[in-house]
Amino acid sequence: MTNIDSAVTIPPAKYSIAHLKHQPRRHYGRWLAAALIILALALIVKAFAQGQIAWPVVAQFFTAPAILAGLWNTILMTICAMALGLVLGVIFAIMIMSPNPVLKYVAVFYIWFFRGTPLLLQLLLWFNLALIFPTLGIPGLFEMRTVDFMTPFMATLLGLGINQGAYTAEVVRGGILSVDNGQIEAAKVIGMTRLTMLRRIILPQAMRVIIPPVGNEVISMVKLTSVASVIQYAEIIRNAQTVYYANNRVMELLIVSAIWYLAVVTVLSIGQHLLEKHYSKSQGRRTGKRTAPAAAEGA
Amino acid sequence: MSAMVVAVDVNKYFGPFQALQNVSLEINHGEVLCIIGPSGSGKSTLLRCVNQLERIDSGAIWIDDELVGFRQDGNKLYELTDAEISRQRLASGMVFQKFNLFAHMTVLENIIEGPVIVQKRAKSSVIPEAMALLERVGLADKKDAYPSELSGGQQQRIAIARALAMKPKLMLFDEPTSALDPELVSEVLNVMRDLATSGMTMIVVTHELGFAREVAHRVVFMDRGKIVETGTPHDILTSPKEKRTQDFIAAVLS
Repeated sequence: MTNIDSAVTIPPAKYSIAHLKHQPRRHYGRWLAAALIILALALIVKAFAQGQIAWPVVAQFFTAPAILAGLWNTILMTICAMALGLVLGVIFAIMIMSPNPVLKYVAVFYIWFFRGTPLLLQLLLWFNLALIFPTLGIPGLFEMRTVDFMTPFMATLLGLGINQGAYTAEVVRGGILSVDNGQIEAAKVIGMTRLTMLRRIILPQAMRVIIPPVGNEVISMVKLTSVASVIQYAEIIRNAQTVYYANNRVMELLIVSAIWYLAVVTVLSIGQHLLEKHYSKSQGRRTGKRTAPAAAEGA
Repeated sequence: MSAMVVAVDVNKYFGPFQALQNVSLEINHGEVLCIIGPSGSGKSTLLRCVNQLERIDSGAIWIDDELVGFRQDGNKLYELTDAEISRQRLASGMVFQKFNLFAHMTVLENIIEGPVIVQKRAKSSVIPEAMALLERVGLADKKDAYPSELSGGQQQRIAIARALAMKPKLMLFDEPTSALDPELVSEVLNVMRDLATSGMTMIVVTHELGFAREVAHRVVFMDRGKIVETGTPHDILTSPKEKRTQDFIAAVLS
């Protein structure tokens, strides 16, 4: 006790620094980097300001009916193709994990084919299907001309949706594999059949793992729809092109498209962020509380 | 007493490893049978064969004279479909070492899942039964908790209630207290003791020799995939005849 007191009361003068002021460290590197970037930005802004961009035209076409229609078609296709992709992804993920070898290898082939060929090629194949199959249908029941069925919308939906399904199948498979085997055995012993077990026990728990990457894929899908412009699907870029073929304002309309894509993706990114926060929170709640009640009960 | 479960010459392989070697066993209605033995002796495997979590490679098992996993037609045995296996599993309830409560469901949802989804019974009649079971295991106040919010002992008592909700003829316990902290073991054993008193037929794989001594009607000692010795708790736990049983009991009690 006395030792501690003496250590506090008789420090040599050089150890008493309480009266000195703290000076934050200077970040000269940051200032330099900021200066260089501001200079570069200024040059870019100057270039765009002096470049031959008619900004009033950008503003004028930003809400033009053709652009808004294209935006709507882009959003509509994102939703439809993603929905188809999810349904196919779940079905093929279940098939690839099935004990039935026929189902399994059909799913393996599907994923191999649609991940192994470019999306653009797949879109062209669907759109030109009439060249090899002039009519579609079930013999004797119904029949229709392929060109009537395979509109740009249908070709894009099939192309994007089926392609997406191949990727989603792998995501869903990963989610299913993440579910503890004990959950499956517990479901079996209360008499659940395979499909009931998937629906009631496995998929709800796999969602936690599946949803964040699917959010990512939705954002990719928004931009992938632009590829469909080559088969005349009237999404935002296709419509922008139609306009600039008429008025020659190429860069202005591309800038309009870029702003809309950024706007949609920004909204989706915020949504994805919230979704991930929600899922990581529910996970944290579950793992975080695991030890506390046990300890409380033991006490 | 008549036989409820009859196993005859059951063999089970995992690759080249023989987990069960010509195991034959009978369990009577209302009997409590404890299976003890070192780890890897096949006791859990035997339990898992009874409710078809594992498929036996040869031999046969009957539950109440119904052949498990196969349908006999003349001289041929036909493997059952998944749906038929699921139906047969309803005869027995199982409690796991690691509880395996459904993590995304509350306690009450865990208990009514089987009766409502599998047995297609009305929720309105299942919920009062589920609440009565929760009373019985002393956890009625936890009905809206998630499994991860409960201690191991509480989770295991819920798992027992979930198995009982299916109204099984037979309860299988696979080392139900091995994953528990020592101070939580007794709350689970108490529930099991109550269940035994109520006349439930039970097969219990356990390391709790005290529980076996007190509750079991018969004790089976297994080692290396074989039944070494069967007898009353006193026969096996106090005066075992076989050397391997004596060594095991001595090792556990030391």
